[in-house]
Amino acid sequence: MVGLRKGDHDAFDSFVRLFAPRAMRIARRVLQNEADAADAVQDAFISAMSSIRQFRADCQLATWFQRVVTNAALMKLRSKLRKDIRSIDELAPAFYADGHRIGPKPAWAQTPDEILERSERCRMVHERISQLPEDSRNVVLLRDIQQESTAETARQLGVSESVVKTRLHRARQALRSMIEEELVVA
Amino acid sequence: MPELSCQELIRFLDDYVDDTQPAELRAEFERHLEICPDCVDYLKTYRDTISLARGACAEDPSAPPPDDIPDELIQIILRSRPAG
Ligand SMILES: [Zn+2]
Repeated sequence: MVGLRKGDHDAFDSFVRLFAPRAMRIARRVLQNEADAADAVQDAFISAMSSIRQFRADCQLATWFQRVVTNAALMKLRSKLRKDIRSIDELAPAFYADGHRIGPKPAWAQTPDEILERSERCRMVHERISQLPEDSRNVVLLRDIQQESTAETARQLGVSESVVKTRLHRARQALRSMIEEELVVA
Repeated sequence: MPELSCQELIRFLDDYVDDTQPAELRAEFERHLEICPDCVDYLKTYRDTISLARGACAEDPSAPPPDDIPDELIQIILRSRPAG
């Protein structure tokens, strides 16, 4: 760790050899394409080395790097699809003054599990997560995808646990709205 | 106690889903859900969203074991090491 921060050759060499196979596996899952996955893994190592100084010593390196890789793969996916980052506020549920929800859509007829094949679900979720703003995306990656605790997520992101909770709730609501756009044909 | 609105329920839905609320408040949520199909639907789809994110991206147990990473990629990454 210390060697990595100082730019030590041997430390970088072992870091790459240890983490590259894992990185490749994550990138393949997100991009479902060998060449794109290889590009994303390269991006991830470059991004990891340029941000290693901000890495906090009390955090898990593997957890941190997994998020860096997933983010690199999601950014590659988003640019390939030419999709934009969506606004969390616009995807939040809206309410009338009396507290009732505005325009609830017809219920999802089936759960996504019933409608979509496993690989389709994986594709859809990754596409939609790639459109979340960075702060929201990071909490979803750590809490829901990597299934880290609120405390570890707070440490990794350098924010309080209550910020993690609020961001996660809003991010899930936004994700829910995007999935609904896909599943419910008005 | 004023009746809980849909807006308040949805605002604190994460606490309900995580079961971290005081029992009294949870009971109030339950009472609302008994009479409000919109919120029942929102709760269900919120849970579906969480399980989609958790489950869909997990490794497929039926998938063949991944190939090793190509050595040329390792070499490219090693060459790209920023000057320290
Ligand atoms: Zn309601």
